[in-house]
Amino acid sequence: MRINKLGLAVIAVAATVALSLTGCAASDGGNDNIVSVNGSEPQNPLISTNTNEVGGGLILDSIYAGLVYYDEAGTPVNDMAESITSADNITWDIKIKSGWKFTNGEDVTADSYVNAWQYGAKLSNAQLNSYYFDAIEGFSYDTDTELTGLSVVSPTEFTVKLSSAQSDFPLRLGYSGFYPLPQAFFDDPTGFGEHPIGNGPYKLESDSAWKHNVDITLVKNPEYNGGRKALNGGLNIVFYATLDAAYADLLSDNLDVMAGIPDAALTTFEGDLGDRAVMQGAAVFQSFTIPQRLAHFGANEEGNLRRQAIAMSIDRVQIIDKIFNGTKQPASDFTSPVIAGWSDTLAGADVLTYNPTKAKELWAAADAISPWSGSFQIAYNADGGHQGWVDAVTNSIKNTLGIDSTGAAYATFAEFRTAITDQSIATAFRTGWQADYPALANFLTPLYQSGAGANDGQYSNDQVDALFTQGNSAATLDEANKFYQSAQEILLKELPAIPMWYGVTNGGYGTKVSGVKFGWNSVPLLHSIIKQ
Amino acid sequence: MFSYILKRALQAVPVFFGTTLLIYFMVFAMPGDPIVALFGDKGVNEAVAEQLRARYHLDQPFIMQYLIYIGGIFQGDFGTSFSGQPVGAILAQTFPVTLRLATIAVFFEMVVGIGIGLVAGLRKGKLFDSSTLVVSLLLISVPIFVIGFVLQFLFAIKLGWARATVSGDATFSELILPGIVLATIGIAYIIRLTRSSVIETTGQDFVRTAYSKGLSSGRVVRFHVLRNSLIPVVTYLSIDFGILLVGATVTEGIFNVPGVGRTLYQAIIRGEGPTVVSFVTVMVLIYLVVNLLTDLLYAALDPRIRYGK
Amino acid sequence: MENKAKHFVAPFNEADFAVVDAVRVDAEPSNLWRDAWRDMRKRPMFYISGVLIVLVALIALFPTLFTNVPPNDNCLLENSSAGATDGHPLGFTRQGCDVYSRIIYGTATSLSVGLIVTLMTTLVGVFIGAIAGFYGKWVDALLSRIGDIFFSIPYILAAVVIMSVFSKYRNIWVISAAIGIFAWPSTARVLRAEILRVKNLDFVMASTAIGVSRFRILMRHVLPNSIAPVIVVTTISLAAAIVAEATLSFLGVGLPSEVMSWGNDISQAQSQLRNAPQLLIWPSLALSITVLSFIMMGEVIRDALDPKARASR
Repeated sequence: MRINKLGLAVIAVAATVALSLTGCAASDGGNDNIVSVNGSEPQNPLISTNTNEVGGGLILDSIYAGLVYYDEAGTPVNDMAESITSADNITWDIKIKSGWKFTNGEDVTADSYVNAWQYGAKLSNAQLNSYYFDAIEGFSYDTDTELTGLSVVSPTEFTVKLSSAQSDFPLRLGYSGFYPLPQAFFDDPTGFGEHPIGNGPYKLESDSAWKHNVDITLVKNPEYNGGRKALNGGLNIVFYATLDAAYADLLSDNLDVMAGIPDAALTTFEGDLGDRAVMQGAAVFQSFTIPQRLAHFGANEEGNLRRQAIAMSIDRVQIIDKIFNGTKQPASDFTSPVIAGWSDTLAGADVLTYNPTKAKELWAAADAISPWSGSFQIAYNADGGHQGWVDAVTNSIKNTLGIDSTGAAYATFAEFRTAITDQSIATAFRTGWQADYPALANFLTPLYQSGAGANDGQYSNDQVDALFTQGNSAATLDEANKFYQSAQEILLKELPAIPMWYGVTNGGYGTKVSGVKFGWNSVPLLHSIIKQ
Repeated sequence: MFSYILKRALQAVPVFFGTTLLIYFMVFAMPGDPIVALFGDKGVNEAVAEQLRARYHLDQPFIMQYLIYIGGIFQGDFGTSFSGQPVGAILAQTFPVTLRLATIAVFFEMVVGIGIGLVAGLRKGKLFDSSTLVVSLLLISVPIFVIGFVLQFLFAIKLGWARATVSGDATFSELILPGIVLATIGIAYIIRLTRSSVIETTGQDFVRTAYSKGLSSGRVVRFHVLRNSLIPVVTYLSIDFGILLVGATVTEGIFNVPGVGRTLYQAIIRGEGPTVVSFVTVMVLIYLVVNLLTDLLYAALDPRIRYGK
Repeated sequence: MENKAKHFVAPFNEADFAVVDAVRVDAEPSNLWRDAWRDMRKRPMFYISGVLIVLVALIALFPTLFTNVPPNDNCLLENSSAGATDGHPLGFTRQGCDVYSRIIYGTATSLSVGLIVTLMTTLVGVFIGAIAGFYGKWVDALLSRIGDIFFSIPYILAAVVIMSVFSKYRNIWVISAAIGIFAWPSTARVLRAEILRVKNLDFVMASTAIGVSRFRILMRHVLPNSIAPVIVVTTISLAAAIVAEATLSFLGVGLPSEVMSWGNDISQAQSQLRNAPQLLIWPSLALSITVLSFIMMGEVIRDALDPKARASR
């Protein structure tokens, strides 16, 4: 009897075990010509006006063709656009190629663009990329309005009237927020976010192509006729929780192409991969911001002296060498070397060079105005792998200036950003910017213009604002960049952010692929990869 | 016994409300606004943020948010994640994977842990016993993220015996390596627990009686020593099964297992209340069932244990 | 006492038995805890582990006796991950701080976290587990289900919430609470299971039969005989708590980096695993030795509390 009862219990356990084991069907999609690449689960539905992070961006860029795309150097090349012209940098006339279709058979017309942009800008649609349309006439952050600046001339032509002159407007048009959307989207926005329909070099393999938290499979769109025609049969974008996991797959040749290298492999990846390791400049600028509302760091003589002293007390070269294994570039301005108009010869850029003697002098001069007390802290979000460099930077400040300096970790990104946005943060904090489109202005106006969206330090300077306005309305990009450089020379004196370094694109690829190139935005140019 | 099981099933009701309320409150109490994080580094559009807060009911007071969520559950709606996916679908996708993984891990803990623990206990103070102490110490004092990286590097990358990461199907064979990694700490516990229990049991009168009856030592060990030593071991295994269901965050991250731990961690970090609560609720229900089975197993292992009287 | 075996046993002198049968009312009653203590002092393992524990405690209390290098000053990046040099026997961390000094100064933090967590989970776990297992019925149902609720909270969620709410006070107490507050149900369940078994054993029945009070039976007979698995779990949990501190640091919700702790060092060494494994090995070794001493001590206590194991030696 006893044994029977024991037997019963064993069967009960065995049954649960068996239940949990079912569904382990072995299947291996052995599609030869499909290139696998690392990505991450999109954080939002796959809608172009609502995707603002890399995970979803990588997919959208593959399945959509916008007016322009960016080539390897970041130069915009017409994709669907026939021409984009303006006489005054205010009213832009956009002609598009005819005969293009969405993969559901709908024609891509001027309406596809205008309707998508109207949708994206409308407040009640709550699209994360709505700010992208704020230059267009009629845009409002506060109420539902029509973009009155958009008007359709013909199925292949529409005009855009901006509220002020913007010389770099055509440069922005390759960003995913400006993609067209088919009528199918407006019929069912929720379902569309799960099964997006595009007009780009790839399309979703099937209705179940997006396996959440696992991967998404795209196949070549034979009807795409632009400059990004796929040289492979398709893409398998695999979602990884960590770069470390992706790297392990790359080393064992389970993954063809990888963007990014985990911290733990920075010292070894060039040895591991040989000539399959990739390292090149990136449109990423990293800094930390000391808000002017902090005691001793006001918008005055003392604040400027202290910010300059801190900027000079950091040995960027050594930190890059020891903490990042050389995978960063010391900053010499507020932009990025892969963007036209970048400079390492701006007046006052020497404030970004390690100079302990000068730093001590400046700090002493500030102490003469008002003596320093307390600890200098740099806040960071602990879920982003920033601890290493923040500790190194604060150690460098501590050793040079002889003041107490430490990092201050916030558990989550949400908590960190909330403290910054509601201005409750009482320390310096890490800041960074990855360009949305390859223009100098994109590194400057959203961050340092008075009242701008990402002006986390609430910096405001009339002179800088005036130079930005002049830059925006300049006739050519070269002329515009001169104004932006002058603005930066003021920024170098007042240091609304302390520039640290420029990001470097690193990555690698497996033995089965060739033709791997990375674009200006650190994303591999997936269409040109060939798989044997 | 039937009425006992029924009683236990009824107890699940208050546990369900207690757990959901507590967890919802913890997610609510997490500092930081998840909507702000959605905007990344790019600056918040306050008007859009307001709209989104309203959509996810984040503008409501805590108790309203909780009631809306519970109301949804009774209509079979577990809410949606920020990525627009129904939480129910995420549950259905991740739980089978993690159940497989946890089962593999518990299996290794059982076989390796009980096996080694039994031998160590029978040979108390001998060389084998001391070496298991050292081995289990090693397992305990090296964190799982290190064990995971080392085993992955060794077996998947250097030797190529296993896949470095788990594919979307998360098949049984792919989960063996992560399962072993996950089992390491549990194995240490099981070894020590089995050993201790076996030592205690071998000193008991009925074991001496069994030996003096002339039973072979194999029979004595199997039918008398082991069976009477298993209660703490079984208890710990059931506890560990529960821990493995949610606690596999690090291992699932290393091996990219599309399971509960990884998804739950992301949801916690992003402050997605409905996702977190739903996951934990399902996990509590599983845990209640496992607990009930364990309690029934006690009665089978030791007939003197009776319930329901 | 009447002798009924007259027919086959020769009469004997009752006086001889009187000695044996006599109850010495002035003698102290036999006491399990005192017997255990007497037994423990006879074992070499007790002294080895005792010396180790005292040593670790000394390091924790008086780190300056063991090193004169301050752990956090003069961290020069040029020494990053460098090997041993004169005065720095274990080399340098990635940030260029002295490894040996950080381990010495980290002892207090790690040991405190381990002990506070273990003490907390054991006290709460033993209390709840004992009551639930021994009294059974609705008491068991209530306490066990409360345990289930606490057990179901993922400790990462607990850690994120607790460490964020108390972000200004990230100290050993807060992190210990974060690790321990939801860990006690394990101890409770292990003890409850063992008590379910032990409370049905003959000697408990006997005590009940002679009218010993329920609470007294629990404290004097059931608990001491059920405690062995708790000791095993507790000694390992000490290590698990110290390691959990490392895992929390790894996930970014641990102690601030300027606080010295083995966990912090272990988690920061992880990214250097392939090029500077020694950074991981040294703090792990410190952790192992500490845990070893506690496990050995636990072993001695367990043996001492088990009269049969004592007799068999």
